Amino acid sequence: MIELLDILTVLGVVLLLVVLRAIRREHIRVEHSVSWLAAAAALIALSRSGALLEEAARRVGAGEPALILLMLILIVFLGVFYRFSRIVSELKDMNITLTQRVAILEFLLKEKNGQA
Amino acid sequence: MVNSGRTLILIPAFNEEAAIGAVVREARGHLPDLPVLVVDDGSADGTVAAARAAGARVLSLPCHLGLGGCVQAGYKLAFELGYEEVVRIDGDGQHDPRYIPQLLEALRRTGCEMAIGVRAGAAARGSTLARRIGIQCFRLLLRPILGRPVTDPTSGFVAVNRRALEVFARSFPLEYPEIETLVVLQRRRFRFVEVPVPARPRMAGQSTITPLRSVYYVVHVLLGVFVNILRLDARRAARAVGERLDD
Repeated sequence: MIELLDILTVLGVVLLLVVLRAIRREHIRVEHSVSWLAAAAALIALSRSGALLEEAARRVGAGEPALILLMLILIVFLGVFYRFSRIVSELKDMNITLTQRVAILEFLLKEKNGQA
Repeated sequence: MVNSGRTLILIPAFNEEAAIGAVVREARGHLPDLPVLVVDDGSADGTVAAARAAGARVLSLPCHLGLGGCVQAGYKLAFELGYEEVVRIDGDGQHDPRYIPQLLEALRRTGCEMAIGVRAGAAARGSTLARRIGIQCFRLLLRPILGRPVTDPTSGFVAVNRRALEVFARSFPLEYPEIETLVVLQRRRFRFVEVPVPARPRMAGQSTITPLRSVYYVVHVLLGVFVNILRLDARRAARAVGERLDD
């Protein structure tokens, strides 16, 4: 199970690097990277906190500390996906409204100039 | 009798270059006094030029929004320009503009907010079995929600008055809007009337609803109806609380 925690640490580092690279290349805006960076940092920290995970596993009754971490990862990532679904939906609504507005304004402008 | 100063013919179109010119000319031929507005949903072909050449005014969306977003853009413009009634027909020639006066007459006579052209005839019967089964299922689903039967819930041949126009300019289903629109009307306690109209085959092109998309269509519409019912219940609950407070 130690190996699994090591793999999760590596995954956390990879996630951190991928997100930082995406920010640098402006593929992800800084404000939208916070959730991912926090998730990656938490993943690295927790996967290196053996005693903490063991205590949590004992309290929850889970057999292995790594199971606790996997459960946390699932919860965090579901939360992040939900948050981004809301953001995307909101942006789509705004995009539609703006597209319609631009078209209407362009139409009215052309009507005024006799070109519609 | 149609009033040219208050009524607009709205035609949403996406890549309908082959048919749109004939559709606009036919509408203008039968109803020369009514302005025709084509809403182009970001077509990649010559739809805009063909519509303009046929004498339509064109509202051109800078990118593709889908049918609901396209129709809503037309409703918003019509509302802003002060139109009292809007008749929507499809850009593929399936709807015969000769029946527009019947829809408008029914709208005015009944005081309903929407008149729906119910498709009948050989073209409607020639629809695929899957589509007919789907429409039948939607009819069964909608009956208890609307409190009355609806014959052709997927018809895009509709006329709306200014009250409905105001609502649709603010809130309109964005994909596959016809069925959800009925539930939106119900939420507002608006009414609709059905008018039989002959259906025709499309003049050109093919339906965008492929077998795979029809599955998505059904799921999407069911979800949309369900969400609208939840909003309907929330509105009823709020009204009930308001009435109790008034007492």
